[in-house]
Amino acid sequence: MDNPLGTSPDEVQFRFRDDEVVDHGTVTVDACCDQTNATAVRIEPGDDARELLSFLDRLALVEVNFPSFADGRGYSAARILREAGYTGELRAVGDIGVDQLSHLRRCGFDAFAPDHRLDEEDAARAFATWDNVYQKTVDGRPTIQELRHE
Amino acid sequence: MKVLTGNDLKTGDVIWWTGSDWSRHVDDAGDVGDEGEEILAREEAARRVNVPYIIEASREDDGSVRPAHIKDRVRALGPTVRPDLTLKPKDPEALDWII
Amino acid sequence: MYKYDTYDQAMVDARVEEFRDQARRRLEGKLTEDQFKPLRLMNGLYLQLHAYMLRVAIPYGTLNSAQMTVLGDIADKYDRGYGHFTTRQNLQYNWIKLEDAADILADLAKVEMHAIQTSGNCIRNISSDHFAGASHDELIDPRPYAELLRQWSSFHPEFTYLPRKFKICVIAAEKDRAAMRLHDIGIQIVEQDGAIGARFYVGGGMGRTPMIAPMIREFVPLDQLITYAEACLRVYNRHGRRDNKYKARIKILVHELGKEEYTRQVEEEFAHMLDQGVEPPLAEIERLRTFFAPPAFEDGPKTLDRSDPDFALWVDRNTHRHRHDSYVSAVISLKPVGGIPGDATGDQMRLMAKLARAYSFDELRIMHTQNVVLPHVKIADLHALWTELDAAGLGAPNLDTIEDIIACPGLDYCSLANARSIPLAQRISERFAAKGKTEELGELKLKISGCINACGHHHAGHIGILGVDRKGKENFQLSLGGSEAEDVSLAKITGPGFDEDGVIDAVEKVTDVYLGAREGDERFLDTYRRIGMAPFKEALYG
Ligand code: HEM
Ligand code: SF4
Repeated sequence: MDNPLGTSPDEVQFRFRDDEVVDHGTVTVDACCDQTNATAVRIEPGDDARELLSFLDRLALVEVNFPSFADGRGYSAARILREAGYTGELRAVGDIGVDQLSHLRRCGFDAFAPDHRLDEEDAARAFATWDNVYQKTVDGRPTIQELRHE
Repeated sequence: MKVLTGNDLKTGDVIWWTGSDWSRHVDDAGDVGDEGEEILAREEAARRVNVPYIIEASREDDGSVRPAHIKDRVRALGPTVRPDLTLKPKDPEALDWII
Repeated sequence: MYKYDTYDQAMVDARVEEFRDQARRRLEGKLTEDQFKPLRLMNGLYLQLHAYMLRVAIPYGTLNSAQMTVLGDIADKYDRGYGHFTTRQNLQYNWIKLEDAADILADLAKVEMHAIQTSGNCIRNISSDHFAGASHDELIDPRPYAELLRQWSSFHPEFTYLPRKFKICVIAAEKDRAAMRLHDIGIQIVEQDGAIGARFYVGGGMGRTPMIAPMIREFVPLDQLITYAEACLRVYNRHGRRDNKYKARIKILVHELGKEEYTRQVEEEFAHMLDQGVEPPLAEIERLRTFFAPPAFEDGPKTLDRSDPDFALWVDRNTHRHRHDSYVSAVISLKPVGGIPGDATGDQMRLMAKLARAYSFDELRIMHTQNVVLPHVKIADLHALWTELDAAGLGAPNLDTIEDIIACPGLDYCSLANARSIPLAQRISERFAAKGKTEELGELKLKISGCINACGHHHAGHIGILGVDRKGKENFQLSLGGSEAEDVSLAKITGPGFDEDGVIDAVEKVTDVYLGAREGDERFLDTYRRIGMAPFKEALYG
C-alpha cells in the first residue's frame, strides 16, 4: 500500500464483520476534519476522538493506533465512537498482544491488525476469556448484574 | 570487578553469574569484564535468568565478593530483619557485612 | 459478608486459568519479560529483592475465618511461614515462585479470594473503613457500594491500561479511618436533605508529590455512583500523561487542569454517560445490601471487670465503640514491641481466624495501619479473647500509639527502596516501650517509608520518616504534622536528614518538645499545629 498510514487488509488478523474489508489509506484526524471526502481515518493516542463525531456517517474505517500496548487511550476513543453510533469498521492496530484482545473487543473494536502475528490458538482462547462480564459497554452483552435480576 | 546478577525466572531466587553458570552464592560470582551485556542478553534469551543487570563489586582479601551497593548486599544475604531466613542464618556477624 | 455466586466464581476461576496460561507462555518464551510484567502485575506478582512477591487482595479489608485460614496455609505451603499485611488492606507474600503462582491463585479462588488488580496501572483493590458496619458513628455500611465498585472495576475493559495505578476508597462516617482523601478517588457517603448520596473527592495521593483530594461533587445520587466514577475515570484515561510516570497520576491531572476544569469535563462526560445505561440495576445494590445486613446481635453485659490492669489497658487502647452497646470492635495489634509491623505467621493467621469464628461472627478486617480487627465482639467475651491473644503474642495494647508504627517493607525486601524501614520501626518501638513513654505520649502516629513512593504513608504521619540514599548510605528525613484522618494534612520536613541512630534520637527529641509544650489533653499533632515547626527545629538542629 502506498499510503504509509493505514494497514492493508492482509495485515488484519482477526475480523468480526461480514462486510468487505476496507482497503484504502487512512488519513489523520486533522486531515479528516478538513477533507470532506475521507472515508477512513487513523486515531493516534493523543487525538480527540470526539472531533470525528460529526463525520461518522461518511466513515467506513477508523483505525486506532497503539504504538505501545500500555497506552490505553485508544480504549476510550473506541468506546466514544461506538457510543456515538459509529457502525463502521473499528480496527485496532500496532502493539497489540493476545492479552489485550478481549478488552479491545469489549470496547467496540471489530478488527485487529497487530504489528506481529499472534498465535491463533492463544488468541482464540483470549477472545473467549470471559463467559460473562461485569460492565456495560458498547459490545451489547448483558452484564452479570443484569443477568442476576432477569 | 563487574558482576552479573538477576533472579531465577522460575523460582525468583537471587543468582550470580560464575563465569559459566548461575549460583545462589555471591562469593561464586566471577568478573564479567566487558562481556556482561553479551552474557546478559544470551542468558535472558535462554530464560535462565530474569531481569539481569550488571553491578560493581569488589573481591575481598578472603576471596569473598562484596557488591558495591547496599541493595545488592541485601539481595546477596537476605532480609536483615529475618536473619533466620538469610543464607547465613547461624552467623550473627553476617548482617554487619550488609551495612 | 459478600458471598460469590456462580458468576463471580467463574470470573476468578477464569482469571486463574488465564494467568496459568500467561505464566506458561512466559516460561516457554512466548512472552518477554516486558510483555509479561504488566500481566503478572495485574495479578499482584512483583519481582522483589529476594524472590517474587504476591499481593493478595482483601476487598475493602473484610474477610472471613475460612479465608484467613487459607492465607495462613498458603504462607506455610508456598512461602516461608508468614505474610505481611499492608497499608492497602492487602496481604503480601515475600518468597513466591513463579511456578507456584497459578496454584496459589487457585487455592485463593476456592475461598473466593484473588490477587486481581492488586498492582499494575488499573483500578486497585477498593479500600474502606475497617470498622465499616460495626462502628457507632456510621451513616450506613459502605461495603455494599465498595463491592459494587469492586465488581465494576474488575477487568474493566476501558480502564485496564490507565496512565498509572488508581485507588478508590469508600467510607460512610465523618471520621476518616481509611485515609480517604489520599486516594485517587475518595468517596464519602453522606446524607443531604434526607437522601443518601456520595461525595466525590478526586486527585489525592502520596508518593513523590503528595496531594489532598479536593471535593469535586458534594452529592451524587447513589443510583448514579458507578456512572459518575466511570466519568471520572474516562476523563483521566483520555488525558492522563503517559510520557512521564511521575506525572501520570490523576492528582497531577487535577492539579494541572485545575479542579474546576477537571470537574467541568467530568460533568460533561457524566451527562453523556447517563444515557449509556452503565449503571447496574437497582435490584443489584439491594441484593448486595442483604449480604452486609448486621448479624444477630444479642443484648448482654455492657460493662466489664477491669480489675486486671493489663486487660483494662488493652480494652482502653484497642477497642472501638460499636453500634450495639453490648459489643465492641477489638483490634489485634500486629505491632509487638520490637516486631516487624504487619507481619503475621501462618499460625497467627489461623489463630485469628479461630478467634473470629468464636467471638466475631466469623468476620475479620484488615486495617490500613497493618493491624487486624475483630469487628463484633461481645463485651462479655472480651476477657476470654484477650487472654488467648495475649498468650499468642498478639495482645499488644498499643493502637495509635508510638509503638503502632506503619512501616513499608523497605530495603529488606523492596527493590525500589533507599533505606530499611523495618529496623527503624523495631528500634523506635523498643526505645519508647523501654522508657515507659508510650502511654504518656498518647495518640502519636509514626509512619515510615523506605523511599519516596510513600507506601508507608510518611506524608500522613504525625511524625513521618522517609528513607533516602545519601552517597550510598541509608539516611532518613524527618517530617512532622501529617494526618490521614478527617483533619487531613501533609507533613513538613524538619530539615537535614539523619543516620539511623540519629533519626531515632530525633524522634525522641520531638516527643520531648511535645511533652514540654503540651496543653491539656492535646495530642502531638495538636501541639505541633499550635506551636509550629520552630521549637522542634530548635531542639533538633539548634
Ligand atoms: C514491596 C513492594 C512494593 C512496591 C514495589 C511498591 C511500589 C510502589 C510505588 C512505585 C508507588 C508510587 C506510586 C506513584 O506515586 O505513582 C507506591 C505507592 C504506594 N504503595 Fe507501594 N509498593 C510496595 C509495597 C507496598 C506495601 C507493602 C504497601 C503497604 C504497606 C504499599 C502501599 C502503598 C501506598 C499506600 C502507596 C501510596 C499510594 C499513593 O501514592 O496514592 N506498597 N508503591
Ligand atoms: S515506600 Fe519505597 S521502599 Fe517502601 S515499599 Fe514502597 S516502594 Fe518500597
